Amino acid sequence: MNFLAVIEIRNLQKSFNGKPVLRGVDLDIQKGESQIIIGRSGCGKSVLLKHIIGLIKPEAGQIFIDGEEVTASATRDLYRMRRKFGMLFQGAALFDSMTVEENVALGVREHRMFDEAEINRRVVEKLELVGLPNTQHLKPAELSGGMKKRVGLARALMMDPEFVLYDEPTTGLDPITSDAINDLIIECNKQLGVTSIVVTHDMTSAYKVGNRFAMLHDGQVIFTGTTDEVRNTNHAVVRQFIEGRADGPLQIY
Amino acid sequence: MEIDDTNPRLRERIARPISAVGRMVITSIEQTGAIFILLGKILRSSFHLWRNRRLVLDQMLLIGVHSLPLVSIIAVFTGAVSAWQAAYQFEGLVPLDYLGAGTSTAIFIELGPVLTGIILAGRVGSSIAAELGTMKVTEQIDALESLAIDPVHYLALPRFFAATMMTPVLTIFADFVAVMGAFIVSNILIGQAAHVFFDSVQSSFELRSLLGGLTKALVFGATIAVVGCFVGFRTSGGAEGVGRATIQAFVLSAGLILIHDYILATIIF
Repeated sequence: MNFLAVIEIRNLQKSFNGKPVLRGVDLDIQKGESQIIIGRSGCGKSVLLKHIIGLIKPEAGQIFIDGEEVTASATRDLYRMRRKFGMLFQGAALFDSMTVEENVALGVREHRMFDEAEINRRVVEKLELVGLPNTQHLKPAELSGGMKKRVGLARALMMDPEFVLYDEPTTGLDPITSDAINDLIIECNKQLGVTSIVVTHDMTSAYKVGNRFAMLHDGQVIFTGTTDEVRNTNHAVVRQFIEGRADGPLQIY
Repeated sequence: MEIDDTNPRLRERIARPISAVGRMVITSIEQTGAIFILLGKILRSSFHLWRNRRLVLDQMLLIGVHSLPLVSIIAVFTGAVSAWQAAYQFEGLVPLDYLGAGTSTAIFIELGPVLTGIILAGRVGSSIAAELGTMKVTEQIDALESLAIDPVHYLALPRFFAATMMTPVLTIFADFVAVMGAFIVSNILIGQAAHVFFDSVQSSFELRSLLGGLTKALVFGATIAVVGCFVGFRTSGGAEGVGRATIQAFVLSAGLILIHDYILATIIF
């Protein structure tokens, strides 16, 4: 066991409708790191992310957060542990019946963490951090894709999480907006000192925000390393993926 | 005749329908269990009601007040048609003086609660399933959980409580409107004096019929909400899945309302 790791994933297995998606994932994530998880669409990256905050229960294997096992926790402990996390969902997953302000403030309001004045102050602060000041009254339907993701990020940061999970933060955005989101992720890591886990298949974004890489393939982690290690690797599958070539050991299906 | 039981195609042909029936039985038992588990979770989280009172009031407005126009229209015609049909069946057998008694008792015991239940299954049950189903497929329910908010406390409990409270309230309203519908027919089309009709209603009135009907309504309301939430939380497969969930919620809750109606009728009356 690596005692420096704050998130330890051991032999995680999960299948859907009899089709195995994760076949024994092992991964350690260190404190303060920006861990990138790359892999092809449908390889189980998002599923892995959802296991980390206990949204999905595995068939076998364990996940430890700060030494506490998520996978064996009672519902109550699980909800307590989730407060350490913020998650940015692929489609932002904003509550469309609520305004931006209500979306961002929902968590702290429900948990009665602060009084209204403090909540308002924090909403303003987080919206400024993501570059969307004075948007409190807007509804999600009035926002563009990139703006939704920023609001989603502001919401994820409201409870001052130790860990922020990003599920394909740049997918579906234009390159300029993507880069702005990348800058935001870096900014959060620096300013707030959080540990980030970013699931992506966008290599430009991955190189920019990440300092540790893991590649998920066939339900297992087939490669881990630093940015330099991933750039210079001889691993055929990883090379094909990071270079984005159609020919190679990975088949098109 | 001898059957060749080594023939794999024949064996397959016999086995397939049997295993299909088996699967159906297993699925329905599993679903029934899951519905009761959800109901248990909702009831256990009742102490969150006061905290979520604003959500409960919102849902009461949506489920109760906004259903009034539809419930009124259906109730007035139900009352009217039952008076007309009763008058037709009474002819030569029962004096028309009993028209008020016959229709109002049927309305209090059966027509009011069951029709209100079915209307709400269509209007409220399927809308709960569609709303929660959409939230599920767009990851909004996952987002709630990632904020450490339990969707059962936040989404299911207010809907359950509001539907369970408002169905009996709407039923009382529907009972009244339906009796008035019956009165309009008896007065205008059949030509019965108002006092004859209402004397008859009053003479046959039993508190037990009304309360029995309202007890049914309470159970129907709970059924509609639990089924709506259950189906919504289990939705998968994008827009198509949401469409399927909407239909499933209606069919399941309407079916369960009729089954519960029978069971409660045998217990109460």
